[in-house]
Amino acid sequence: MADPLREMQRVQREMNRIFSGLGQPLTQEVPPVNVWVGESDTVVTAELPGVDPCVVDISVVGDALTISGLREAETLKEGESYHRQERNHGRFSRSLQLPFHVEAGKVEAKYDRGILRITLPRAEADKPRKISVKCE
Amino acid sequence: MDSKSEYEKKPAQTPVETERMRNRRVYVPKVDIIETGEAMVMFADMPGVDEKSVEVILEKNVLTITGAVEPQALPRRNIAYAEYDVGDYERAFTVSDEIDRERIEAVVKNGVLKIALHKAPQAKVKKIAVRTE
Repeated sequence: MADPLREMQRVQREMNRIFSGLGQPLTQEVPPVNVWVGESDTVVTAELPGVDPCVVDISVVGDALTISGLREAETLKEGESYHRQERNHGRFSRSLQLPFHVEAGKVEAKYDRGILRITLPRAEADKPRKISVKCE
Repeated sequence: MDSKSEYEKKPAQTPVETERMRNRRVYVPKVDIIETGEAMVMFADMPGVDEKSVEVILEKNVLTITGAVEPQALPRRNIAYAEYDVGDYERAFTVSDEIDRERIEAVVKNGVLKIALHKAPQAKVKKIAVRTE
C-alpha cells in the first residue's frame, strides 16, 4: 500500500496542474504535437502512426499552421471481427498558431517512422532587425 | 517534505514491482486486434520505432512487444510547447494455444507494428458436412 499522505499530495499537485491551465490539455487533440522554436525557424513534430503521407495536408497562412488528413481503418472482410479496437481512425485536422510569420514557400515536411516533422522558416520580413543607435 | 523525500527510504510496493534497468518512460501502445479465419492480426501504434528498435518475443504463452525510442533533441531550438513525450513502448498479451508458434510474422511500417499470429491447423474453423441416413 502506498503512503496515503504522499498519494494525497500527488493528487493535489495533479489537480493544481490541471486547473492551472498549463500542462497537458484535458482532451488530447489528434495528432499530438511538439513545437520547437529556434532563432530562424520553428519545427513542429506530430505523432501520426500508420498514415499514408500522401494524404496528409499541410497548409500555412501567415502564422497559422494546419495539419489535416485521414487515418484509414482496416476494412474487415466477412467473418472477421475486432477483439480490441483502441486506435483512433478517421479524419483529423488541427491548427496551431506559430510564434512568428512563416516563409510559406520554404516549408518542408518529412514523414518517418510515424512521426511527421515540419520545418517552418521564419519570414524574412518578420525577422528582428538590429537598429544601431547614432551617437553624436 | 518534497525536498526531503529524495533522501528518504522509499517503501516498496507489495508485491515488489519489477523495474526496468533503463531509466526512461514507458508507454503502452494502443492496439487493434482482428480475428480472421486463419489468423489473429494485431496492429500496435508505436510512433518512432523501426525494425531495428522493435522486439516481439513469445515466451510460453505470453507475447511481449517492446520498442525503444531515443528522445529527440533538435540542435539550436528549444521546446516551446509539448503535447506528447517520447519513451519506450511495452505491452504483453497472453496467447491461446490455438496459435501456431512457428508461424508468427511481424512487420513494422510508419510506426505501426503489425503481427500476424496464424492459427494452428486444428484450431481453424472446420465445417462438418451433415448427411441424412
